[in-house]
Amino acid sequence: MTNHWIDIRNADRIMIIGSNAAENHPISFKWVTEAKERGGKLISVDPRFTRTSSKADIYAPIRSGTDITFIGGMIRYILDDMQKLGPAGRRAKYNMTYVKEYTNAALIVNPAFKGPADTGTGLFSGYTASTNGTPGRLGAYDKSTWQYADTGKPASDPAVVNDTWQTWEDLDPNCVLRLMWNHFSRYTPEKVEEITGCPEDTFLEVAETYAQSGKPGTAGTIMYAMGTTQHTYGTQNIRDYAILQLLLANIGVAGGGINALRGTSNVQGSTDMLLLYHLLPGYLYMVNHNEQTLDDYLATAKKGRGIVTPQGLAGDKSAAWWWYNDDDPNSKKYIVSLLKAWYGDNATAGNEFGFSYLPKKTSGDDYSHIAIFEALAAGMIKGMMVWGQNPAVGGPDAEGERRALENLDWLVVSDLFETETAAFWKQDRAYDGKLPPSQIKTEVFLLPAACSYEKQGSISNSGRWAQWRWKAIDPIGQARPDLRITDELMLKLKELYEADANAPHRDAITNLYWDYHTSGDYADEADPNAVAKEINGYEWATGTPVTSFTGLKSDGSTTSGNWLYCGMFNADGTNKAKEHDPVDRSLNQIGLYSGWTWCWPVNRRIIYNRASVDLDGKPWDSQHPVISRVNGSWQGDVPDGGWPAINEADPGSKFLPFIMHKEGVGHLWGPGQAEGPLPEAYEPWESPLDTNLMTGVGNNGGRGTPGFNNPCCYVGELKINGEIMNERGMPDVFPCVGMTYRLTEHWQAGQMTRNHPWLIELQPQPIAELGEELAAEKGIKSGDIVRVSTARGSIDAVAIVTPRFRRLRVGGKDVDHVGVPWHWGYTGLSTGISPNGSSGNVLTPHVGDANTTIPEYKTFLCNIEKV
Amino acid sequence: MAEKAILYDASKCTACRACQVACKNWNELEAVETTNRGTYENPADLSPQTWLKMEFREIGNNGTLRWLFSRRACMHCSDAACVKVCPTGALYYRPDGFVAIDKNKCTNCGYCVEFCPFDIPRLDVNRASGLGERVTKCTACTTPGLNRIDNDAIPACVKTCPTGALSYGNRDTLLAAAEARVQELGGNARLYGKDEVGGTHVLYVLEDSPTAYGLPEDPTVPAAATAHDILKPLGYAVAGVVALGLLLNVMVARARIISREEEK
Repeated sequence: MTNHWIDIRNADRIMIIGSNAAENHPISFKWVTEAKERGGKLISVDPRFTRTSSKADIYAPIRSGTDITFIGGMIRYILDDMQKLGPAGRRAKYNMTYVKEYTNAALIVNPAFKGPADTGTGLFSGYTASTNGTPGRLGAYDKSTWQYADTGKPASDPAVVNDTWQTWEDLDPNCVLRLMWNHFSRYTPEKVEEITGCPEDTFLEVAETYAQSGKPGTAGTIMYAMGTTQHTYGTQNIRDYAILQLLLANIGVAGGGINALRGTSNVQGSTDMLLLYHLLPGYLYMVNHNEQTLDDYLATAKKGRGIVTPQGLAGDKSAAWWWYNDDDPNSKKYIVSLLKAWYGDNATAGNEFGFSYLPKKTSGDDYSHIAIFEALAAGMIKGMMVWGQNPAVGGPDAEGERRALENLDWLVVSDLFETETAAFWKQDRAYDGKLPPSQIKTEVFLLPAACSYEKQGSISNSGRWAQWRWKAIDPIGQARPDLRITDELMLKLKELYEADANAPHRDAITNLYWDYHTSGDYADEADPNAVAKEINGYEWATGTPVTSFTGLKSDGSTTSGNWLYCGMFNADGTNKAKEHDPVDRSLNQIGLYSGWTWCWPVNRRIIYNRASVDLDGKPWDSQHPVISRVNGSWQGDVPDGGWPAINEADPGSKFLPFIMHKEGVGHLWGPGQAEGPLPEAYEPWESPLDTNLMTGVGNNGGRGTPGFNNPCCYVGELKINGEIMNERGMPDVFPCVGMTYRLTEHWQAGQMTRNHPWLIELQPQPIAELGEELAAEKGIKSGDIVRVSTARGSIDAVAIVTPRFRRLRVGGKDVDHVGVPWHWGYTGLSTGISPNGSSGNVLTPHVGDANTTIPEYKTFLCNIEKV
Repeated sequence: MAEKAILYDASKCTACRACQVACKNWNELEAVETTNRGTYENPADLSPQTWLKMEFREIGNNGTLRWLFSRRACMHCSDAACVKVCPTGALYYRPDGFVAIDKNKCTNCGYCVEFCPFDIPRLDVNRASGLGERVTKCTACTTPGLNRIDNDAIPACVKTCPTGALSYGNRDTLLAAAEARVQELGGNARLYGKDEVGGTHVLYVLEDSPTAYGLPEDPTVPAAATAHDILKPLGYAVAGVVALGLLLNVMVARARIISREEEK
């Protein structure tokens, strides 16, 4: 979240899209409800009418996977409105100062750039398709033509900056705003209805209502979750939200922002630390194989995160945080402090602080969940440790992933219960496998893990608040906290490596600084407080905590396990994540509660908050001021950089508000993404359409078609003993659009709730939801057992026939959705109906997003029949 | 003592059912085995193990579709049929207006079950003996040993509600808040429980007619219950007759259970 949970109450407009917040984040509705009581309007955009939709002022149905068209249509509506209103009119209705001064709207792009509006192929300039039939990405771009014409000092279009333009022709043909119109003008209301199935009048009501949040002094927020991300173009779905929010001046302000509702309580925390393969803690780049020295690594970092200075804007200085101060950039301070935390006295200037000990990924290779399971299927991985995850239920193409586990020599699962992953070899219940359990050689170790009430430590919620939780009871039986298990394992590994002089990469293990035992309860096991202190960082010589990342050094004198968390500790060693000041001390009591635990970065509750004020530092919204410049100092939230307001500052030090971007302004134009600087409407990997109605490119079958599908999406194979487990379905055989989701009453892969009688009572069985027209055609009634099938497999479930699933008219044909929760499996108190556990992910494909490779769980083709 | 009440604002309810689970958790009620019956709603009915359940209703379709949620539990009436017909005083009004149960006095006669205009109480019948143990229903968390209200705590359902759909407090304060909320919502919104059956101690803010939420438009205490009320003193006087009647009741109940089990 750019903002935080409580802040939702400050919103005048709330759009929940790709999320079912009422059901999956019930507490969020405390704040949504409060916003509504204050006169806010709620818009729910979803293929199915959910408990969220039931509370909405406007419900807009869309075909699953068509967010880009829907939001693209809203962007077109706003751009068109801005142009038609003319300079004075648009300044009254939209915050044009924000748009031209705080985003890259005015900047000039390389004239060689071509977009889908020019190419007619659905592709941007610079594309090369992969060799046909190769698993992996469909293709890749050379992004050089997407960059600013002057990459170091991009020029701006005076017509945008002076806001004098009347027609699109008045703008420089290569300025971002003009390029946006070229691109988005194709997303007409008629096109939106044709592609998404949302009636045009409903769409226009949404566009008009949400666009009202563009007026200075009003705010609109977007709440999204996995319905947005879990697509082959999930990143571009979010990019579309970002563009919309920047056009409406909704980033950085109270009641605004782009708010990712994270799927579990600590997803934010694990993402901040080291969950993703391409990042080190604190979003530092992961090291590539061709970066053999620290200087090589920093050279790469500078390429992506150096300083770019836009010309002709009121602000003239980009903080470019990662590279702030060219002589001693923050990127270097952060990586050196991280290495110092990990290697202690063995990290010295002489050995580049142990940089060579870091594992390096092969540049360009994918190490995400999908790729790991393909490597597993190919026999490349011999052992696996699974912590707090249940891929046999949660992974895409679940039967394929269960079979891939057969290739392991050993598997360690640490969990509260015997998960489906730990029991994958129980083939009679798990799947129609090829091997009887006696022939599966994998040795499985199940480690009983302590649950959250049985240990202490911090979680970081969606709003980036690191909150300490204390232990309520001791772990039951032999259960142990994950930290204790990790600690014992690592100490044993160190012992083994020390004993073996020839062990590979021996120094990387033996030189680790690993000292987490303290006293009392933690005399003989790892103390979470010691880990928290290491994450925060301290002066190596004295052990005194560093209280802000501005105090981190690149000379090895400071440590920090994660620079973003530097400042969580006070200098006296106390931890702010444990503090609970219940008084809201923010300006106008906008609900920051800055003394309630601590949030990164530096307890800034709303990030990009320098965009919430005008060039003089006065809040756009005087009722909900996040920060305010008064008599030469900032009041309110911790400002995003403490420099003076732009109009106050001296020339050459007028800092632009988006300090993490190298050019200091928000990205309407985003040249860093894999598949284009602006989102284009591609079809899901499995689509009910023969032709992409936006790009005009046909679905040519095979493993996917660039321009019909996302031209850079990841198409996996998951090949087990020569058999491709990830078949692609086509609409003639699988005419319905399938999707997976969660229920309020169950949790993720189900172990914590499918072992809980009160929750099983509420939702006892796997369900398949479908609309009344489809059910009538198929002879299905509510309560019938039905079989949902895809090219990957099938599951049995109880049918719920409901008007909440609405038949949509798309491209001249009827499209029906079928929805299945993905919670069920074959272990625990409540199991599925079919032997494979009726796991929703038996149905989903092994394909992923072009940037993140997150699986496309949310849209696939299926069929449904009464059993 | 000021009259207390629970206010349920259907316009704020997302049917997350945390209240339903909190009720079981606090009152130590076991889970019942259910199957999915083609709806999110479960269990199928109130029972001795389920004192509160949320109901889901789909009304209309396409552009007019609404998904209405409603709370089903004791209304704690001021003119409570169950109290009127109870021959032993097992059901009684607390000074704060909630209808509580003294299970030691309950003879499991079942009159309350028959006469409740909201169809709320259920008999907890011992299957082995066929003997009824007590009447069960929401007591607004006043059950002896599990009494939250008299220990300065609010009812478990209210405590757990994430959206503020449930609130607890003085009845007149909540009535004023509910009336203001109805004004704010406009349209078909209305307050339910202000005057119904003498005024209930569970108040509802509805966005449509009571029927749309499965509530009786005009709940009344059946005339026969009033007759019981008149006859009650006589009932006490002829305790022997009552006891005989109860024995009869037990036998009938037992026969009912046995035949029901045979049907299965």
